[in-house]
Amino acid sequence: MRVNFTVNGRKQEADDVWEGESLLYVLRERMGLPGSKNACEQGECGSCTVRLDGVPVCSCLVAAGQVEGREVVTVEGLADYAAHRTDAHPGGGCASGACGTSIDAAKQWQARPQDGRTGEAGTLSPIQQAFIDAGAVQCGFCTPGLLVAADELLERNAEPSDADIREALSGNLCRCTGYEKILDAVRLAAVRQGEAV
Amino acid sequence: MAGTTTGIPRNVTQGATKGGIGESTLRPDGTLKVTGEFAYSSDMWHEDMLWGQALRSTVAHAEIVSIDTSEALAMDGVYAVLTHEDLPAAKNYGMEFQDTPVLAYGKVRHHGEPVALVAADHPETARRAAAKIKIEYRELPLITDEASATAPDAILVHENRNDHHAGHVPHPNIVHRQPIIRGNAAEAARRADVIVKGEYTFGMQDQAFLGPESGLAVPAEDGGIDLYVATQWLHSDLKQIAPCLGLPEEKVRMTMAGVGGAFGGREDISMQILASVLALRTNKPVKMVYNRYESFFGHVHRHPAKLYYEHGATKDGKITHMKCKIVLDGGAYASSTASVVGNASSLSVGPYVINDVDIEAIGLYSNNPPCGAMRGFGAVQACFAYEAQMDKLAAELGMDPVEFRQLNAMEQGTIMPTGQRVDSPAPVAELLRRVKARPMPPEQQWLAAGEQADVRALPGGLSNTTHGEGVVRGVGYAVGIKNVGFSEGFDDYSTARIRMEVINGEAVATVHTAMAEVGQGGVTIHAQIARTELGVTQVTIHPANTQVGSAGSTSAGRQTYMTGGAIKNSCEIVREKVLEIGRRKFGSYHPAWANAELLLEGGKVVTDGGEVLTTLVEVLEDEVVEVEEEWRHRPTEAFDLVTGQGNGHVQYAFAAHRAVVEVDTELGLVKVVELACAQDVGKAVNPLSVVGQIQGGTTQGLGVAVMEEIIVDPKTAKVRNPSFTDYLLPTILDTPTIPVDYLELADPNAPYGVRGIGEAPTLSSTPAVLAAIRNATGLELTKTPVRPEHLTGTGA
Repeated sequence: MRVNFTVNGRKQEADDVWEGESLLYVLRERMGLPGSKNACEQGECGSCTVRLDGVPVCSCLVAAGQVEGREVVTVEGLADYAAHRTDAHPGGGCASGACGTSIDAAKQWQARPQDGRTGEAGTLSPIQQAFIDAGAVQCGFCTPGLLVAADELLERNAEPSDADIREALSGNLCRCTGYEKILDAVRLAAVRQGEAV
Repeated sequence: MAGTTTGIPRNVTQGATKGGIGESTLRPDGTLKVTGEFAYSSDMWHEDMLWGQALRSTVAHAEIVSIDTSEALAMDGVYAVLTHEDLPAAKNYGMEFQDTPVLAYGKVRHHGEPVALVAADHPETARRAAAKIKIEYRELPLITDEASATAPDAILVHENRNDHHAGHVPHPNIVHRQPIIRGNAAEAARRADVIVKGEYTFGMQDQAFLGPESGLAVPAEDGGIDLYVATQWLHSDLKQIAPCLGLPEEKVRMTMAGVGGAFGGREDISMQILASVLALRTNKPVKMVYNRYESFFGHVHRHPAKLYYEHGATKDGKITHMKCKIVLDGGAYASSTASVVGNASSLSVGPYVINDVDIEAIGLYSNNPPCGAMRGFGAVQACFAYEAQMDKLAAELGMDPVEFRQLNAMEQGTIMPTGQRVDSPAPVAELLRRVKARPMPPEQQWLAAGEQADVRALPGGLSNTTHGEGVVRGVGYAVGIKNVGFSEGFDDYSTARIRMEVINGEAVATVHTAMAEVGQGGVTIHAQIARTELGVTQVTIHPANTQVGSAGSTSAGRQTYMTGGAIKNSCEIVREKVLEIGRRKFGSYHPAWANAELLLEGGKVVTDGGEVLTTLVEVLEDEVVEVEEEWRHRPTEAFDLVTGQGNGHVQYAFAAHRAVVEVDTELGLVKVVELACAQDVGKAVNPLSVVGQIQGGTTQGLGVAVMEEIIVDPKTAKVRNPSFTDYLLPTILDTPTIPVDYLELADPNAPYGVRGIGEAPTLSSTPAVLAAIRNATGLELTKTPVRPEHLTGTGA
């Protein structure tokens, strides 16, 4: 079957999709967007978390056909999504998914060179930069899903308590960090966002 | 979180370039990882690639009567269906023993053993084709425990052993046996005022790395193969893969793909040979990605263990003797069981001074899932048992459990049961003091001022099962000892190729090693070491592959020590060569070139007095300096097979934990409130990474204490919970705050004084949590993991 949907602000068509394929498989194997990860493919680990019309979902549990005509944001589009949110919805969210990244902005998207010494890159969303700065990334396999979930938390709760953060991220497994530095990263991003407003 | 630095004087040849050792520089792969661009082994893609799928045995022990692949082969989109008959060369592989079939032939020895392979143009087609392969089994009796394995008439898991341990083991179903006898335990027991015995059971833990076994095999025009996989040790894989493909090693070109965690579970081969065989057969690139279910069968686990301990002590709190027997179940194939046995045996005494010991550790062959390396490698199981014994002894004597441990703690100079002297700092008593001195987390944290209980801070959490009724607090302590690096006479080395040149008007160093970056942060510190030694700012980390010499395994806490040491060593040689060029060019202009201590710092050549002589750019101009050298730690010895004597270990690492738990005694729910750790790291090359490693290791120990276990049905030897639904991992809600306090007591034998970090916190975390739960409930609790039914008396 053919599936038409919007990914990171860009209209996409996927052809020859088998009915049983998950959104995760289509993103990873058909769209060339492997950022969403395949750790369990049974909705237990959160490593494949994307936003579907603004709502964080496990893309491994979404059948490809279910996204027909809908908006998906993956970790690859997170920086643009966050930048757009800051521009168009200051202090709020873009949870309807009705706007997402503009076509023009998406067309200009490209991998940016990075400074290998410090890990600093061109433009990252606050939560992405905070994960790097706080040491919340080790093997990094859980990172994309955590970033999407944490970004959504900060969108609806600018000053989350530790209990709020734990609750929001309780569907995302990490095996490397012991979560402490992930908490640090979310706190750091929240503080920086507060300072920026 | 202050480190306490002592020992090492500043080596004047080390420059103080920004971003060097001791700083919390950020990961070079951080940006790629947060943007989703970092290419993990499951992200590999190739034009025209096929998908590989294994079919695995549904029974644990059986003769294979017949395999019928015809229906699978007839399916559209299927390119190949292979059994052992189609293998190109050697049919077995293995790290220590070549006892593991690529594809089962004759019989299967454990549930989930690969029997056949499919390559197809879609992963679902491959799965469906595999399901159409018909295998007829004739089931055999099962070996599931020590009694069935060592019975005189026991069926043999491996009939024709020819490994190096086959000659000395008491039974062919015993992989390896390592006794350690020192002093006279029976005699010393007569001096004891109290004797404490215990029998402990450690469950089968899984590494449960998030990145599943996966990779891409691409056939090459020269008949060789290019392999992109996630592994802990490229060259060990290479040695095992090449003979199975019938190719010389130089035709098997391996490149490290991104690794999504490892923890020991990627030391053994998983899909490497399977994908390669399919690629060579179809002459197309083949991608294989295990799903999570298959991953539980696709790698070895931590050995489940039975541990029988006896300790004695005098009234004044001195331990008199220790006797123990440790039985590790290695499952159907040896993997690294023999080394795990050596570790469990030699570290079974713990970080204590006990001069009279009678120790025996054995590793079994059975029809349970194969077990091998996992973070802590044999020392974890022992620590769980000896720390429970320490609490029991202290209780018998009416002493404080921490004071009792401190009274018996080993220190620098202590002689281990193997006769080996501990020749670097061993701050066991101090680590315990530090975790004990830490302020306690506040009581009843769920009671916010004047409000209703916040259930999120209670056992059971949002299940809303208590508002504090029936909740009791407990506190427990534990400390452990782990060896670092490869032991027992293994020729353990690493290789580093360092290149220095001027690029775009700046001196740049390139570090090329085969080290597996599995998340531990090796790539970060490699750049730090190069900056410190060579005075450059820009360091390029070359991708790890087999085009450079072996770096050894990313395991045993050895990589910072070993590959860090190799990089330091190669950098020192590069520095000498650079200074040689400088002397040749500028020696006649300044006497310092000939008679001063020179270092490279901030892109310049400076004297130890701080005088700048010239820049690296001026020295090098268009010259390139490149060095590839192997580097070894000091040699070790095998343990004597009868007495266990021998200087078997390179280095020891120590960590201590204090656990604070709250238990809902009505429902048996446990909430760990805080898990504080103190560890000696020798030298924190990157403090941020150090703390991250300690917190991660602590959490894996917490997992095995209260939830993690692969459950094998004793009647069928089948795995009952191969999924993240049923194999429970700690979430962010299960994991408490983990304050870390690290010491930096340099090991004079190690580069920069470093000490392996990753494993020690995994040891003491588990017994500390168990001790806290015992303290809260008064129950004995001799098994991991502790489940609600163990706390409510409603289950075995």
